Amino acid sequence: MNKKFAAMAVAGAALCMAAIPVSAEEGNLVIGFAQVGHESDWRTASTKSCQDVFSAENGYDLQFVDCDNDPQVQIEAVRGFIEQDVDYIIIDPIQATGWDQVLTECEDAGIPVIVIDRTIDDSDKYVSWVGSNFKTEGLAAGEWLKAYAEAKGITEINALVIEGSTGASATLGRTEGFKEIADANGWTILDSQNGDFTQVGGQEVMESYCKSYEGQFNVVVCQNDNEAFGAMDAMKAAGVTYGVNGDVILISFDACTAGLEFVKSGDINADFECNPLAAPFVEEVIKQLEAGEEPAKEVYMEEHWFVNEDILASITVEGAEQPLTVVTDEIIEAQY
Amino acid sequence: MSKLKKLTGRTLFLPIFCMLLVMCANIIYDAACGNFALNFFTISIQNGVLYGRLIDILNRGSEIAILAVGMTLVVSASAGTDISVGSVMSLAASFCCMLLAGFGVSSTNELQMPLIVGLLAGVLMGCLCGTFNGFLVAYLDIQPMVATLILYSAARAIGLLLCNNLIVYIRNDSYAVLGKFIGPVPTPILVAAACVIIALIVLKKTALGLYIQSVGINKRASRIAGLNSRKIILMCYIVCGLCAGIAGLVNSSRITSADSNNIGLSYELDAILAVALGGNSLGGGKFNLIGSIIGAYTIQAITTTLLAVGVSTDVAPVYKAIIVIIIVAVQAPAVKDYFSRQSAKRAAAKARG
Repeated sequence: MNKKFAAMAVAGAALCMAAIPVSAEEGNLVIGFAQVGHESDWRTASTKSCQDVFSAENGYDLQFVDCDNDPQVQIEAVRGFIEQDVDYIIIDPIQATGWDQVLTECEDAGIPVIVIDRTIDDSDKYVSWVGSNFKTEGLAAGEWLKAYAEAKGITEINALVIEGSTGASATLGRTEGFKEIADANGWTILDSQNGDFTQVGGQEVMESYCKSYEGQFNVVVCQNDNEAFGAMDAMKAAGVTYGVNGDVILISFDACTAGLEFVKSGDINADFECNPLAAPFVEEVIKQLEAGEEPAKEVYMEEHWFVNEDILASITVEGAEQPLTVVTDEIIEAQY
Repeated sequence: MSKLKKLTGRTLFLPIFCMLLVMCANIIYDAACGNFALNFFTISIQNGVLYGRLIDILNRGSEIAILAVGMTLVVSASAGTDISVGSVMSLAASFCCMLLAGFGVSSTNELQMPLIVGLLAGVLMGCLCGTFNGFLVAYLDIQPMVATLILYSAARAIGLLLCNNLIVYIRNDSYAVLGKFIGPVPTPILVAAACVIIALIVLKKTALGLYIQSVGINKRASRIAGLNSRKIILMCYIVCGLCAGIAGLVNSSRITSADSNNIGLSYELDAILAVALGGNSLGGGKFNLIGSIIGAYTIQAITTTLLAVGVSTDVAPVYKAIIVIIIVAVQAPAVKDYFSRQSAKRAAAKARG
């Protein structure tokens, strides 16, 4: 009860702070952050990352607004930041469009805007975008599967894909990346259906796959961890064995704590991270701006590839060698 | 000829016909692919449980069927829809999981209290939401859609608050009881069957069904005739909330967690659609519960068919929309009238000829 009350008090305080002009400590950089909301563990980790990095101890004054998935609130929040004359604005845009006007206002006020995670399509009046390269994640999954199949002596790959929500950038990138490797190596992608990034969605699609492609598939690719949990339920019910000692190789994306627990137990063979901790990279951009340098327009975050077995040390993605991390209890503990 | 006419004249003929038509699409598909033509209808026992597409339809359609029971009553009594059921599902599941796991815990193996207490609390939370909706509609005379809009947006948020903005995982097999299997049968099927049978018995064996319909047809006249219209409307909303609570627990038990963002998302629309597909008027009054249940499974049959046929996910919603439009249009009074006029004309021509 106390905790709940505290959470509400903090939220209330944040709102009040957004409304009144800031009296920042002398010399601290004032940063306004308009976050999407708090809809998932991933989002919570993203928020916490910003609060940790842009703390008073580090010489920042963070003005945080939780926009609760309301685009209108988010635009108002940005206008509020302009009013307060903050030094930098960070936006995780709820919608990809409708930004040009308010970003022009930011530009006129001389406040640099840094976009994180999701993208803005209808304006380029921001300094940098910091986020994940979903296509690289898909490519990494493909490259890992190629190396793993070689190491295990598997010659034929028949894959089933459970996609995320239609049109989401994560869905598009991961599908494209994995397909590129699949096409290059002559793998068969038997089917690719929408599981809506949820466990129930994963269950339903996998249930159908088990009947349509009985005994024909040896790889299942789920585009997030929740779908992988659902696919595991459905395969268990149908008597299909999966994971490290099973007939089917299970690949997942996101690598949240719950996902990594299943990687450790060997139910998921490999899990490809979508890093929510954008703040350190944003701080890097801000430091460059403070030093008068021009940061890159697109900053891709470093991400980790998690596996269960210690048979491959690294994989080569787009010409660069990238390490594979074997999941241990310490790694699960450290994950968001 | 007259036998056929008798059959087609039944109220449930069209809903059942449409459902069968959807399923028959699979026969054509399987035959075209060179598979065994009745693949879709084959039920076997695999890995100790019932296995087959029909089982999938019954299993996955359970939540919508349970919701359809409550929604039918609400539509009949108040000539409006309860659009909060999806959010209430989420709230009931979140409340139950929060009690079982303890506040702020995101993953647990041990239950903090007996399972039955958690489940009952979840169902009660559903009833509470239903009472709130019913009070607004019956006693404050607020339009049903406006009244239920409040919980539509608030219930899910309250659920998130109860779960401390986390997905609460309950890694304890006992919680899976509602979502997995009892013997070879998926439990959701049994839960849905129980809900439907209890509702049918109560409606048929008591005068309640009649009362609800008469309130729906004319609230004032019913009151003058001695029925407490307000109380009956309130009761329908409570039953609807109860159904939403049960459906939420089933959905949550399937994934043994409370994913407050996604449980019951846009289920209210499917529940309303189920009522409409069952040949019921959304204007209230007379209703046919079996029709709604058939409507619910028709929706699931479409989804399962699209998955089985492997329609690309980008265009699947379009197919779904087309099928739904056809089913609704076939049952529209104007279309029905047209066909009956045509057949009357033919009969007249025959008599003359």
